[in-house]
Amino acid sequence: MWNYSQKVQDFFLKPHNAGPLEDANAIGEVGSLACGDALKLYLKIDDKGVIQKASFETFGCASAIASSSILTDMVIGMHVDDALKITNADIANALDGLPREKMHCSVMGQEALEAAIRQWRGEPALPKTQEEGKLVCKCFNVTDLTIIKAIRENHLTTVDDITAFTKAGGACGSCRDEIAEILETELKRMNGELPDAAPAKSEARPEAAAKPQVTFGATPSMLTNLERMQKVMTAMQLIRPQLQADGGDVRLVDINGKTVTVELTGHCVGCPASKATLHQVIEQILRMQVEPDIVVKEAGD
Amino acid sequence: MSRTIYFDNNATTQVAPEVTEAMLPFFTTYWGNPSSMHTFGGQVAKYVDKAREQVAALFNAKPSEIIFTSCGTESDNTAIWTALQTNPTKKHIVTTSVEHSAILQTAAFWERNGYRVTRLGVDEKGRLDMDEYAAALTPDTAIVSIMYANNEVGNIYPIPQMAEMAKERGILFHTDAVQAAGKVDIDLAKVPVDMLSISGHKLHAPKGVGMLFVRKGLIFRPFIRGGHQEAGRRAGTENVPYIVGLGTACDLARAHMEEENVRVAALRDRLEEGITANVPDCLVNGDREHRLPGTTNIAFRNIEGEAVLLMLDRLGICASSGSACTSGSLEPSHVLSAMKVPFKYAHSSTRFSLCRYNTQEEVDFAIENIPAVIKTLRELSPFKD
Ligand SMILES: Cc1ncc(COP(=O)(O)O)c(C=O)c1O
Ligand code: FES
Repeated sequence: MWNYSQKVQDFFLKPHNAGPLEDANAIGEVGSLACGDALKLYLKIDDKGVIQKASFETFGCASAIASSSILTDMVIGMHVDDALKITNADIANALDGLPREKMHCSVMGQEALEAAIRQWRGEPALPKTQEEGKLVCKCFNVTDLTIIKAIRENHLTTVDDITAFTKAGGACGSCRDEIAEILETELKRMNGELPDAAPAKSEARPEAAAKPQVTFGATPSMLTNLERMQKVMTAMQLIRPQLQADGGDVRLVDINGKTVTVELTGHCVGCPASKATLHQVIEQILRMQVEPDIVVKEAGD
Repeated sequence: MSRTIYFDNNATTQVAPEVTEAMLPFFTTYWGNPSSMHTFGGQVAKYVDKAREQVAALFNAKPSEIIFTSCGTESDNTAIWTALQTNPTKKHIVTTSVEHSAILQTAAFWERNGYRVTRLGVDEKGRLDMDEYAAALTPDTAIVSIMYANNEVGNIYPIPQMAEMAKERGILFHTDAVQAAGKVDIDLAKVPVDMLSISGHKLHAPKGVGMLFVRKGLIFRPFIRGGHQEAGRRAGTENVPYIVGLGTACDLARAHMEEENVRVAALRDRLEEGITANVPDCLVNGDREHRLPGTTNIAFRNIEGEAVLLMLDRLGICASSGSACTSGSLEPSHVLSAMKVPFKYAHSSTRFSLCRYNTQEEVDFAIENIPAVIKTLRELSPFKD
């Protein structure tokens, strides 16, 4: 405990604004059980865009709980435009600092806040960097834009720094080379050796670009094969970000009548427990979105 | 914080008062070098010899088979080193996926240097599969290294059987018995291991002293070179006070093991039952049929381990966790990952490890207070199912 400032300890042991918020009209969720920490941030925003109430639920270590809690204190009474200017460093500073390897907790707070406000504005409930970026770290679902943002806002200079702030590279390590490349490019940009261009949009994840509008609730009416296929494909676009948030991913392999064959990939592959759950989750969503009697099969079953 | 309830004996143990007492004269009076010609130094050698006999007695070994080292990690490194050096044509190492890093990292080092390493998997209770083991043993295998007992979940592995299987095939067998020493009755006249490691600080001797048993007749190459000490097998002036301490600790363990194991296991069971009966949605990790007497590893659904430990710390309870946040890495421990503990549980796996100095009162205090800690953290968690 003893690496933590008094403030972190206080906010961990007696957190302010803990628990769900009944009348929330904006919710931001980041992280996942698989990844080891997760935050659900609830906001009540009035017509003028002022945050009236805020609360949180956190799965994570002491610094994750403290970061979430102090963030709710910070944003109450703020206009959303100002709230969006809060950086992870502001959160860490409000706690009188965090141990370096725990900085990702403050980043998680900032991202949840951004996700909640975007949801309230009718945008996807994801931090912008996650929506528009290209996935770099599959284990922790971190995009290039998230990494670049962390580098810029916190003046990071090593791959280990980036892991401490975003978790990227902290599990299997297979993405560390790519992180190093991003870092090198970014450092060159900051030194003026490269033009300060935003990373190419064309690298953005395709499913994010063609955000589909899906109506909820399956239509009981008969679907033609073509309609069904289109609906399945649209629904899959909704499912993937959720799985990716858990460090996994899914690929559509085949649609044969009402049998949809998928392949699970990413972080969750080796883990039979999560695989079973994922299978259920996907089937449930497809049954809701497409037809109630869809059957999901895994490739190779 | 008024009192400390120490349930972290797999991390390190309190030095037994008898051990401290036995060591002190070797700081104040008998501080000579046992290799000296003069009486003042030379007289110290007999105390080192006595300690060697005490350690040998705990394992029914010969004193000449005992090499004192600086720690369990050194013993482990030495065992692998000598096996590879004396079998230069064999390029394969067999170990498990749940070893301590002292073995895992050493095996990984040799892997980077041209060796092939087989890491045996475990099932959801952390048990090894004997068929997989048998299949892993090849004519190219230089050494098998398998822990006697696991530090995180307490599983005891069938070392007598596994050592026998290696022996039948003429393969060297080493066991890291750091957690088993003093808790499992190991008779080296019967268990055909070639080498065995222990560490002082896990059995009420101080940190910084260890032992490697090397069976008589085994060809040995030292890992640390320079002097003639330990019959040329481990150079460096003997750490006399600590060696004496390790001897005394082994003596105490031998005298009281049977009685202590019964008492400590009863306390552990009481704690485990007390927690699992009063906290919904928790599970005990490991093989409850074959487990160290003092160890229980309990996972609490939907919360994170560091938060649990810190809350326990407020109560004065010392435990430890396989959670990512406490290990300095971002992933749950390699042992829990190898066991495929579901991720809803893996991050909160909490290890309580008891010893002879724990009391029923301490256990009851823990049982009374832990359910509220878990409840508080669950109320904070966004995951409810
Ligand atoms: C199974 C096991 N092996 C080896 C060690 C290392 O021992 P030492 O700390 O003496 O190096 C430990 C304890 O840390 C252990 O639990
Ligand atoms: S992909 Fe980034 S750590 Fe595994």
